[in-house]
Amino acid sequence: MAKTILSGNEAIARGLYEAGGLFASAYPGTPSTEILENVSKYNEIQAQWAPNEKIALEVAAGAALGGARSLAAMKHVGLNVAADPLFSLSYQGVNAGIVIVSADDPSMHSSQNEQDNRWYARAAKIPMLEPSDSQEAKDFTILAFELSEKYDTPVLLRTTTRINHSKSIVSMNERSSIPKKDYKKDMLKNVLLPSNARKKHILVEKRMAELEEYGNKCECNRIEWGDNALGIVTSGISYQYAKEIFPAASILKLGLTNPLPKNLIQKFANKIKKLYIIEELDPFLEEQILAMGIQVEGKNRLPIIGELNPEIVAQSFNDGPHAIESVLRDVKIPPRPPVLCPGCSHRGIFYVMKKLRLTVTGDIGCYTLAAIPPLETMDSCLCMGASVGFAEGMEKATGDKLKGKLIGVIGDSTFYHSGITGLIDIVYNQGKTKICILDNHITAMTGHQEHPGSGLTLKGEPTFKTDLAAICRAVGVKRIVKVDPYNIDETITIFKAEMAADEPSVIIADAPCVIRARKIFNKPYYVDAEKCIMCGMCHKVGCPAIEKDENGKTKINELLCIGCDICRQVCKPQAIQKSVG
Amino acid sequence: MKNSKYTVTHQQPVINVLMSGVGGQGVLVASDILVFVAMHAGLDAKKSEIHGMAQRGGSVVSQVRYGKKIFSPLIRTGAADVILAFERLEAIRYLDYLNKDGVIIINDQQITPLSVFFSNIPYPKNIEEICKTKTDHIVLVDGVKIADQIGNPRTINSVLLGALSNFLEFDEEHWMKAIAQRVPSKTIELNRKAFEAGRLVIG
Repeated sequence: MAKTILSGNEAIARGLYEAGGLFASAYPGTPSTEILENVSKYNEIQAQWAPNEKIALEVAAGAALGGARSLAAMKHVGLNVAADPLFSLSYQGVNAGIVIVSADDPSMHSSQNEQDNRWYARAAKIPMLEPSDSQEAKDFTILAFELSEKYDTPVLLRTTTRINHSKSIVSMNERSSIPKKDYKKDMLKNVLLPSNARKKHILVEKRMAELEEYGNKCECNRIEWGDNALGIVTSGISYQYAKEIFPAASILKLGLTNPLPKNLIQKFANKIKKLYIIEELDPFLEEQILAMGIQVEGKNRLPIIGELNPEIVAQSFNDGPHAIESVLRDVKIPPRPPVLCPGCSHRGIFYVMKKLRLTVTGDIGCYTLAAIPPLETMDSCLCMGASVGFAEGMEKATGDKLKGKLIGVIGDSTFYHSGITGLIDIVYNQGKTKICILDNHITAMTGHQEHPGSGLTLKGEPTFKTDLAAICRAVGVKRIVKVDPYNIDETITIFKAEMAADEPSVIIADAPCVIRARKIFNKPYYVDAEKCIMCGMCHKVGCPAIEKDENGKTKINELLCIGCDICRQVCKPQAIQKSVG
Repeated sequence: MKNSKYTVTHQQPVINVLMSGVGGQGVLVASDILVFVAMHAGLDAKKSEIHGMAQRGGSVVSQVRYGKKIFSPLIRTGAADVILAFERLEAIRYLDYLNKDGVIIINDQQITPLSVFFSNIPYPKNIEEICKTKTDHIVLVDGVKIADQIGNPRTINSVLLGALSNFLEFDEEHWMKAIAQRVPSKTIELNRKAFEAGRLVIG
């Protein structure tokens, strides 16, 4: 059996392959993105990007109904978008198996909230598996398909960033030859009319009872007996921290965490003097175990906020060596947050919107970085697509107060994801809202994934390239104007005209992501130090290539500058110059 | 392993290496190579990092742990045997992770974060001095110069792995095999050369 090192995401992709999977769909979202990118490397599996998570799940569920083992992957907030099909799919059940991966992000490394998606499994009444390393990520993906088909249910594979993005050793197996299932029409099962759904709910409850029985004796829920003075119930990445800090304790490691194996937990608790529940985020296991009448310690000690680590586990239970004293208490370390890249096409737009003092409802993408200094030109950012509805709602509430000063800003991929319906609402409800679509032809922030407007599929095949302007026109927007975001004067002129319009307007900033296009505009620019008056205007565009020398004069980092020309256009004394030749 | 005076041997049950740098410097590829080296040497190995925004010039940290059996992919503070810093400032950002008297290898390159120009926190001048509060085992590597001599600035990570290899107990063949697995096939020889050049830093 060959061994290799895989990330959790690579292991899930491998699991789908080994399980004989035939179809997968996803919308990119950290920390889940690499699952589909890796699935797409297997020729045997049809893998595709969906415009959003609801579509990804519906297409995957359709493929499962059609007889192909299928997977849909998404980040935790993506499951909110896909919740509608999820809850009813629970009633409908499956033909071939379907697995839904939820990649949660405790500590919000790359997210707007840290919701605990284990609740979804409970609310939707579907089984949930939680791997604790890459080997289990692969094994549980395969197991999830078996459970899905055996118990006629979608299965949630719930991971967290530390599982998705950690790497560990995995044993590889061959692909199983699982024949495609035949599709047979079954109206009573697949058409959720109320009369059918009422019968299905009875089956759902029965299924969950059977799964609980399975959980009491399955291999993926196991007891590692140690000292009986201390017992720990844990799952997912928390298992690793528990083993690290309490090597002598007895551990009940749960792989199947919905439904909970109550008999197994009771049996374990009976033999243990003191019981800890070690879990990240919400007291999901703890509340259910407390409800069984078992005394435990857990969230009375462990934080409910943020991800755990060995340090936090040790300190919460006053056990193990204490944290070391910091040698950095008196040292000031400048932060190094991510920034818009040198030459980024978003920079000019935000510079102009700042100059025009616009109120900007923002959205999810690289451009959210424009909320921080020095651009500081974003008033809100809630969830995918919210910029459009926010701008319309703000307009209705503020009336004349923000007239000509309010705009929603959204990326192209986010617009396809859930901006279009907002634009329909603006036109339908007689709004006059202004929207700017930052069209860089790619899903940039998650690492350059193709989308309906990029002209390529996930597998790199050429496909129809959706026309943004045509979509806007079709929903009834009459003013649609394209702008070159690298031309500051032109951008200012267009923004002024569109902001003054007495009807909805869409400004499309049309320029490819420079990283994706590997674009070099010009040779690195340079500064004529004699002309630099240290006014700081160039620093206001927030380009990482613009530095200061020891005298405080502007200096351009030649290794970073790609000659996009924006800083030259804002430099009044004309100190920043284009290199010739 | 060439540094007989100070080597992190496999006598320890777990060995922790923390790598830090700036997005785009190749930190993640370097830590990938190290876990593969550990696996080839027959050890258990894990690594953990946060990416997603790694390409946007932000601070990047990757943690590697190897030994007989590894549970947590995360290193505790005060437990890193080696910090391999790809940039001077990033050498001190995670200094609390370093073991008392651990090794800190610093690529002697300054990449000024944008925040320096908008806040009153300057780029610290006394990086080595700060490191000395923790350890005397400080190794400076002129990675930019060495990689330039090799002929490709993108081989800095292999140069630094070469320097790191002097402190770890792995056979050269395992390093060479892991490099070939993890760098683009066209650049394998170049990266191996860079690794060898990095190995000469501490003779």
